[in-house]
Amino acid sequence: MRELLVGTKKGLFVLRGEQPDALPVATRAFEGDVVEFAMRDPRTGRYFASVTSGFYGPRVMWTDDPLGEWQAAKGPAFPEGAETSVDRIWVITPGEADGVLYAGVAPAALFTSTDGGASWSLNEPLWKERIAGDWQPGFGGLALHSICPWPGEPERLAVGVSAAGVWLTEDGGATWSTGYTGLVPRYMPEEARAGTNALCVHNMHRAPTAPERLFMQFHGSVYRSDDAGSSWNEIAEGLPSGFGFPLAIDPADPDSAFVIPLTADADRVTPDGKVRVFETRDAGASWTARGDGLPEGDAWLTVLRQALGRDGEGSELGLWFGATSGEVFGSADAGRTWTTVAPRLAPVTSVRAS
Amino acid sequence: MPVVILRAPLTDLAGGNHELRLEGANVGAVIRSLESSWPKTAGWILDDQGRVRQHVNVFLNGERVREDANVAPDDTLHVLASITGGS
Repeated sequence: MRELLVGTKKGLFVLRGEQPDALPVATRAFEGDVVEFAMRDPRTGRYFASVTSGFYGPRVMWTDDPLGEWQAAKGPAFPEGAETSVDRIWVITPGEADGVLYAGVAPAALFTSTDGGASWSLNEPLWKERIAGDWQPGFGGLALHSICPWPGEPERLAVGVSAAGVWLTEDGGATWSTGYTGLVPRYMPEEARAGTNALCVHNMHRAPTAPERLFMQFHGSVYRSDDAGSSWNEIAEGLPSGFGFPLAIDPADPDSAFVIPLTADADRVTPDGKVRVFETRDAGASWTARGDGLPEGDAWLTVLRQALGRDGEGSELGLWFGATSGEVFGSADAGRTWTTVAPRLAPVTSVRAS
Repeated sequence: MPVVILRAPLTDLAGGNHELRLEGANVGAVIRSLESSWPKTAGWILDDQGRVRQHVNVFLNGERVREDANVAPDDTLHVLASITGGS
């Protein structure tokens, strides 16, 4: 059975079914609240949801059965005296060590859980970098939204921040360095680009079989790193636009990446009214449009940062994405053909396959 | 002890109690007493820094107040969400 966790502006939808074109809603949770992100930890089977009440704030909820009761985690919350509060929890990512998970929040900070997600604590060294560097928000806020563990090496981590670039640690978060080289912030005046930390990362993923390789969707371009995130090479040529938010990879193929371009930062819809996922299998040297079964005209969709998920790998790679129009689309054959999985949910914020 | 009157969804988090008597010399302390007695309410009314959340209203004897307002034993606190619209 396949299971999708679809976060929306109006709660969490759990879709379950045997066929990719028939995934009915098994349950809806957190009615009335925004579910920014939801995932299942493959190590434990535990489900996590980032839930934001417009009135009562954000929280991490967890359960071992999404059709049953959910529990509130203790945190993430800034310690008293930090003079700020968590606005939004963007992402939850399993770590490499047993029981470790990471959460990225706004304002940009990294939280760690060492008890399987029940409680969370602030990574203070990165928070001090944020204060010292006077990080500035992007349009969507100051967000730590991408967390990339290094398979088998729990001390190594890369995180992406909008708009403060890439941050790297090799000592479990005790110290951090930047991965800025090669990133070009074309949204800034040319004379102001050198040395800036206003680098608007939109998404970042690591290739698990070649962990020194990462792909990044940036604000206005797409990049690849071959040195663990220290430096970046632009690979957007061949795409209809360098702008977009979602990013996925095929874990079996370190040369693979999938993006869903939007027209531009000032016009955040699918280009030319066509919904297409763009695939590279040569590390960004070329891109192929994948849209067989997706809307081909008068389709002006917006696909948000966390709204593209995957399962499987290789020829059985599954790709699943949702739009703010409430539609969810899926492919069970690595993007060659697509179906509409759910036509009328609420505006989609995130999609992850269990 | 002051009376605290809750509405949904806070009543559910407080064990179904619509009305509670809780200790505290100011609004923040009373809400901390609520969180101590009913841990599921933690973080719902006060934010990370102990401030009343932006879109939560606390009324003390009919007057909207913040976390530092003093509370007397015979006072009544209402906790409710702001009136909003559009999303």
